[in-house]
Amino acid sequence: MAGGSGQKGNLSKNVLQMKFMQRSALRIEKEKSEEEQKRVIDDEHWVLDLPETKQKESKFITEPSILRIEDLKFGRFSFNGCNPEIEKMMKAAATEKENARSEAVEKELRVDDEEMAGRYKTLFGTIAKKFAKKRQRSALTEEEEATTTEVKQRVRAFLKPKDD
Amino acid sequence: MVDHAGHVYLPGELICNLKESEKTSKILVGPGLRQDEESIIVTKCGLLRFKEPNFYWIDSHLKRYVAVKGDPIIGIVAAKAGDVFRLDIGSSDLATLSYLAFEGATKRNRPDVKVGDIVYAKCMVANKDMEPELVCIDSNGRSGGLGVIGRDGGFMFQTSLNLIRKLLSSDCILLKTLGNGMHYECAIGMNGRVWVKAKSVSHTIALCNAISAAEYMSNEQIKAMCKKLTNALAGF
Repeated sequence: MAGGSGQKGNLSKNVLQMKFMQRSALRIEKEKSEEEQKRVIDDEHWVLDLPETKQKESKFITEPSILRIEDLKFGRFSFNGCNPEIEKMMKAAATEKENARSEAVEKELRVDDEEMAGRYKTLFGTIAKKFAKKRQRSALTEEEEATTTEVKQRVRAFLKPKDD
Repeated sequence: MVDHAGHVYLPGELICNLKESEKTSKILVGPGLRQDEESIIVTKCGLLRFKEPNFYWIDSHLKRYVAVKGDPIIGIVAAKAGDVFRLDIGSSDLATLSYLAFEGATKRNRPDVKVGDIVYAKCMVANKDMEPELVCIDSNGRSGGLGVIGRDGGFMFQTSLNLIRKLLSSDCILLKTLGNGMHYECAIGMNGRVWVKAKSVSHTIALCNAISAAEYMSNEQIKAMCKKLTNALAGF
């Protein structure tokens, strides 16, 4: 049928009351009520009326493979050029492992930027005091206090670019 | 905190107060331990091992292999069944290996695998209710050392699973020390099989004996043995 249900809904009441339209009128009504019922089911029917139960997060992770736990090597080996392909693989794996290890060591030894900045921030005043003469020292401490408060007070605002 | 590591446990025992990782507050439980809601039950008899930061597992002496996902293993082709090969891997059931799971294999171009071949493969599916599934390629479609081995000589023998673990651990020097004096190739499967190929039969036999004798040796003893072996093979 041309049109479809969307168009039928738009037929006027008077037209639907006509005798030859009775069947269509009934069908439209049925469809409407069905749709309504469906919506009701969607909203409420399938919801359990229970207090909400939360799935507790397990603190265990299962790892069935001993390979990953013990960090075992791949089981193909070749020595003194018996199988060049395997030897290439072994070499690649060894360098990869070495890289990972050296990176880890470096990470441990490295002083990161924030730590460095923090350290220097505290040292700044002390070192400045050391190089200052006695007379300047008192002035320096005052100045230092003043600058710190000033820094706090200075509010960063948006600087509008000049348009010329 | 009770220190459990190094104690002997029997199947069915409960373990509490395991040490969790400080960062994630998780515990990683390995083979031999099973999670039962909020506690851990032991399923194998052996020593409880602990490794920083939060790994726990049971270390026991084993000879029977149970397939585990990701393990490289040595299988023997037992049958060809349509589009899969069936491999004996020493566990309770035969494993399947699809003919498409080889490097460069297509539907047209089947890999050359015969019944009786030795295959070094990786376990992809390991489920207690299903037969294990093997592959001979990595995720990039390359073989990476997997595939049919031992076409041109070599010898395969069976050892305990603990020896395999010892051979593959990074602080065992056996294979490297043997490699200093000898020209050989080997494949080690997590299912307890070791395949060795050297330049002559006598060398292969010597290597096999050396490997199977090394299970309870320390690194110093291994060094001494290897020295003796290379000397003997050189004819001194």
